[in-house]
Amino acid sequence: MIEFFDNLLGTGMTEMYVNAIFTTVKITLLSTFLAYVIGFPLGIILYGTASGSIFPNKSVNAAAGVIVNILRSIPFVILLVMTQPLASVIVGTKIGDNAFIFYLVVAAAPFVARMIESSLKEVDAGVIEAAQSMGSNNFQIITKVVIPEAKPSLIIGSAIAVTTILGYTPMTYLIAGGGLGEMAVRYGLYKFDSKTMYISSVLLIILVQILQETLNHIAKSSDKRIRNQQNTHQKKEKKS
Amino acid sequence: MIELKRLSKVFDADSKNITAVNDVSLTIEKGDVYGIIGLSGAGKSTLVRCINYLETPTGGSVVFNGVDLGTLSHKELLKQRQKMSMIFQNFNLLSQRTALKNVCYPLEIIGTPKKEAEEKAKKLLETVGLSDRMNSYPAQLSGGQKQRVAIARALATDPQVLLCDEATSALDPNTTRSILSLLKKINTEMGVTIIVITHEMKVVEQICNKVAVIENGEIVEKGYVKDIFMSPVSDIAKELILPKNEGIKRVLSERVIRIAFDGRSSVEPLIANLILECHAVVNILGADTKDIEGTAYGQMLLQLPDDEAAVNRIKAYLDKKEVKYEEV
Repeated sequence: MIEFFDNLLGTGMTEMYVNAIFTTVKITLLSTFLAYVIGFPLGIILYGTASGSIFPNKSVNAAAGVIVNILRSIPFVILLVMTQPLASVIVGTKIGDNAFIFYLVVAAAPFVARMIESSLKEVDAGVIEAAQSMGSNNFQIITKVVIPEAKPSLIIGSAIAVTTILGYTPMTYLIAGGGLGEMAVRYGLYKFDSKTMYISSVLLIILVQILQETLNHIAKSSDKRIRNQQNTHQKKEKKS
Repeated sequence: MIELKRLSKVFDADSKNITAVNDVSLTIEKGDVYGIIGLSGAGKSTLVRCINYLETPTGGSVVFNGVDLGTLSHKELLKQRQKMSMIFQNFNLLSQRTALKNVCYPLEIIGTPKKEAEEKAKKLLETVGLSDRMNSYPAQLSGGQKQRVAIARALATDPQVLLCDEATSALDPNTTRSILSLLKKINTEMGVTIIVITHEMKVVEQICNKVAVIENGEIVEKGYVKDIFMSPVSDIAKELILPKNEGIKRVLSERVIRIAFDGRSSVEPLIANLILECHAVVNILGADTKDIEGTAYGQMLLQLPDDEAAVNRIKAYLDKKEVKYEEV
């Protein structure tokens, strides 16, 4: 099997591709996860503290908004260089895959926070008012009303976030990391091996497609607003 | 049970003050079905949100079972709200939960064990006639069914008061009638006091015993529905009560009276006798009969002749028969 691919791609290349795929998937998923660990609470703060929202607080909202906007407006490459000292403190190194995950999280967390905020904003104000009229406290409104109601939109947002983060992974070539993107840049740019560049890029495209489609499917099947109605009708028709 | 004392709500919008509720005082007794009627923009929705402090009043107080809601901490206020449920024009159900889980929600937040909550939710859905749709999502239900789920949800915490904010305004006339009779049933069988916000007189006629008419944030008239129906004082009450008839507006400038009578006098052929006895011709512009708390109430719009003597004869006749009338 490996021989067959090696003949096709060049000696030792199959292993390189497989390792690159694993590295890219690892970097992407881990960065996305960590970006959500920071971005999700931040998004809830941005949403909840806005005026007219559940726990309005002008100064907190303004502060969170400014931090998010500053981080989002600095281009990734510059942010990467700027946060290198921080990386050596937190990760222990400025280079390599782990340091790269750190840079990605710093860049992606504010973006994720805005995605979360906009998904939560879509929730019908009337439903929140109803929950308030029943005596729900703010924590219950967030965890039992706002997040479950926004779930389909949150999942679609995560598809955008994960594919955007994947799109940043080729930058690892700057700090001696690995992965498909780095491979494409290294072979395409420095070794004039366009074949490897194209194959790596196609593999990246396939990865994006898989992630996007899977998450879209989950979002659709979890949405109880329209989809399931059609499904149950179809089931009923089949039965009869 | 609920006392609104000189309640006011002023919104501060772009340095311009908008008074939505102005100096409203109302007393709602236990067992009342109290209607608050007014045209859109009159401030009725703001008023009802002040009653459960979804909007904090800027003046006056709300006293619920002897407790001034304005003096409570946020936590205590949340407790009070559980005794004062609310239903809405747009139902406001949780779209990602089934009917059953929607009804469970208010029980969840007070920490009722899941099994117990589901048992109760099932019973309530039976009460509102939806036992066969328990596992349906709101998107699979019709408007009337959604409102029934919302009512079941509102009853889950055994509230003493049910606030209805235009609860039937998004529904067709037949569904409106069935939802209203469900509310009436809840009032009589479960002893829940109901406050109904509406812009439709027929909602008030069908279920309310008392009504307050609100205009520009102020109560212009309040009392028993039958009294206000028989002799409305304010212009807005008259407008809401008059039988809706396309032609009326056109002829209102001429001499028109509205006569109102209750079930006792409707046996006698009043108009026929009036014409025979007064030797005057009247033109019936509009008429209808309403059922208020089990008694039939009728009203008629009559165009009177130009002849002053005939008009006086007619008025004397109506006075003799003790029929209430007013010029409109």
